[in-house]
Amino acid sequence: MTAAILETRALHKNYGALTVAQNINFTLEPGTFEALIGPNGAGKSTFVNLLTGLVPPTSGTVILDGADVTAEPIEARVKRGLVRTFQINTLFNSLTVAENVILALDEHRGQGWRPLPSPSRRRRIREEAYDILGRLGLEPWGNREVKELPYGRQRLVEIAIALALRPKVLLLDEPAAGIPSTETGTIIEVLENLASDLAVLIIEHDMDLVFRFAQRITVLVQGAVLARGTPDEIANNDEVKAVYLGEGIHA
Amino acid sequence: MARTERVKSMSATYNAASGTGVSTPSTWRGLAMGRSGSDLVIASLLVLAGLATLLFGEPYWLLGAQVAITMIFALSVDLLVGFAGIVTLGHAVFFGLGAYTVGIASVHLGWTEPLSGLLLAGASAGLLGLGTGVLVLRTKGLGQLMLTMAFASLVYEIANRAKPVTGGADGLQGVIVAPIFGLFDFDIFGLTAFLYTLAVLGIVVLFAVLMTRSPYGRSLVGIRENRVRMQAIGTNVQQRLLSIYVVSAALAGVAGALLAQTSQFVGLNALHFGLSGEVLIIVALGGAGRLWGALLGAVVFSLFKDRLSALDPAYWYFWLGLLLAVIVLFAPKGLIGLVDRLMAALHPKEAQ
Ligand SMILES: Nc1ncnc2c1ncn2[C@@H]1O[C@H](COP(=O)(O)OP(=O)(O)O)[C@@H](O)[C@H]1O
Ligand SMILES: [Mg+2]
Repeated sequence: MTAAILETRALHKNYGALTVAQNINFTLEPGTFEALIGPNGAGKSTFVNLLTGLVPPTSGTVILDGADVTAEPIEARVKRGLVRTFQINTLFNSLTVAENVILALDEHRGQGWRPLPSPSRRRRIREEAYDILGRLGLEPWGNREVKELPYGRQRLVEIAIALALRPKVLLLDEPAAGIPSTETGTIIEVLENLASDLAVLIIEHDMDLVFRFAQRITVLVQGAVLARGTPDEIANNDEVKAVYLGEGIHA
Repeated sequence: MARTERVKSMSATYNAASGTGVSTPSTWRGLAMGRSGSDLVIASLLVLAGLATLLFGEPYWLLGAQVAITMIFALSVDLLVGFAGIVTLGHAVFFGLGAYTVGIASVHLGWTEPLSGLLLAGASAGLLGLGTGVLVLRTKGLGQLMLTMAFASLVYEIANRAKPVTGGADGLQGVIVAPIFGLFDFDIFGLTAFLYTLAVLGIVVLFAVLMTRSPYGRSLVGIRENRVRMQAIGTNVQQRLLSIYVVSAALAGVAGALLAQTSQFVGLNALHFGLSGEVLIIVALGGAGRLWGALLGAVVFSLFKDRLSALDPAYWYFWLGLLLAVIVLFAPKGLIGLVDRLMAALHPKEAQ
């Protein structure tokens, strides 16, 4: 078994009396595609927030690429290759779509401190941004401010920014939520074309999508891991079935 | 049907974009760079006004120097407030510190060389910016506003009490300034002062324009737009904000130093709360987050203040209030927003 690129040990989070992460031991290996599922309010987004450092854990450890990053700020983890998208769009709304991606490209290259413009560099980075937008069918929107885009398209900008950061670990928080079902094809295409050594953790309610891509599934209920296994194992797990009763989980 | 439409529009843009780099559509519009049309118009007008004053406006040279100083000060605040989204009601502390640095260096230490005086003032204001910025940037919104005011009050009161050094309420009289490059003495007509401040203004504007177009400048806009997202793309937001806080403080210090050098006097009102408020008004009046807006705002405000306080010294704040109310209600994006609209009306195509 390859060494995990992302790991949590006894990760715990309380909001007052409410426990939203309960003794979570989790590993993610390079090149694997894992899904995190569970009912609304189970603590899935919180788990991503704990992994990325947006929310500090009550106790427990987050290990990224062999290093204990529990005390590291968000940006330091990003620099180590841990990249996420947000369930609720978190974008530069008054900037254009291309500029959103350019900002990410600049920061990824460590250019964020560069105090002077360079037209030739800028042209190159713009082209690169448009390459990424092309993968998401966002080219025609490149020069539009994000806030002018329909919500579904804005969801794709979340992914474009994440891709610009060349992640080693990609955490996708309900990437397809809010995208019209006629457009999920774009998401599927992107997921299919992700680099093969990338580790992906996707939170998703669309079970077709989950079972199509996931090599492993973790089921989270009330902050605790209810079950973890291959799609087959999860689909046939009685406890999981009980939780998803009526929602029709299937392989 | 929707799909074919999409494909069509995509190929259209793609062709336009791949047309060997001819005039890619302006980006960061309305934000970091502003709509370049309005910027160009304002820049041309300001250069013309400067030239006209130089050639035909001998009685206005000293006023011109003051306007140029206000422009630098406004620029420093716009970088902080308009671009990075930090609020401050205490920026006069840096302006005043710059002025006192030059004044004290000249009166007490005999350091009269003007250019090194500017650098010294910028450095001391930047240093104070570093010290206070660390604390100010820990807070947000109203707390931030309070803290900037608090530091400004503290320094004001220190300057007021330290009479042997600062002259207290009487101010520092007789600030001697050596000739620039050892050649150009400050004359009573203010020609040297005017040209000197214009030259410094030119350098500062060039610096600011380049900076706001750079990856660094755009990252500030990113922080203003969405701090969490900026962190999530790997930016140390605190560090980035602290850096612009220091830069802005240093520029304000340079502006203050220019005032001390050209008026050969430093008074407590260089540190006063009212000045912090005025410069914020100027930025809002011109259009926050648009360099040329701040510059235009500084000119309009200074001239307005000069004329009105001459006509009606007691009540000029009434007319100022009226002007501001009209601008806020009818041009919420400031004077530069009006210029934008004017340009759009003249060139309906470019507005797209
Ligand atoms: N900042 C917070 N303070 C208090 N409770 C919170 C906070 N953030 C999330 N919660 C609660 O934690 C639980 C888990 O939320 P979340 O992680 O968003 O769930 P999921 O993503 O699985 O739908 C919910 O009950 C939510 O109300
Ligand atoms: Mg969620």
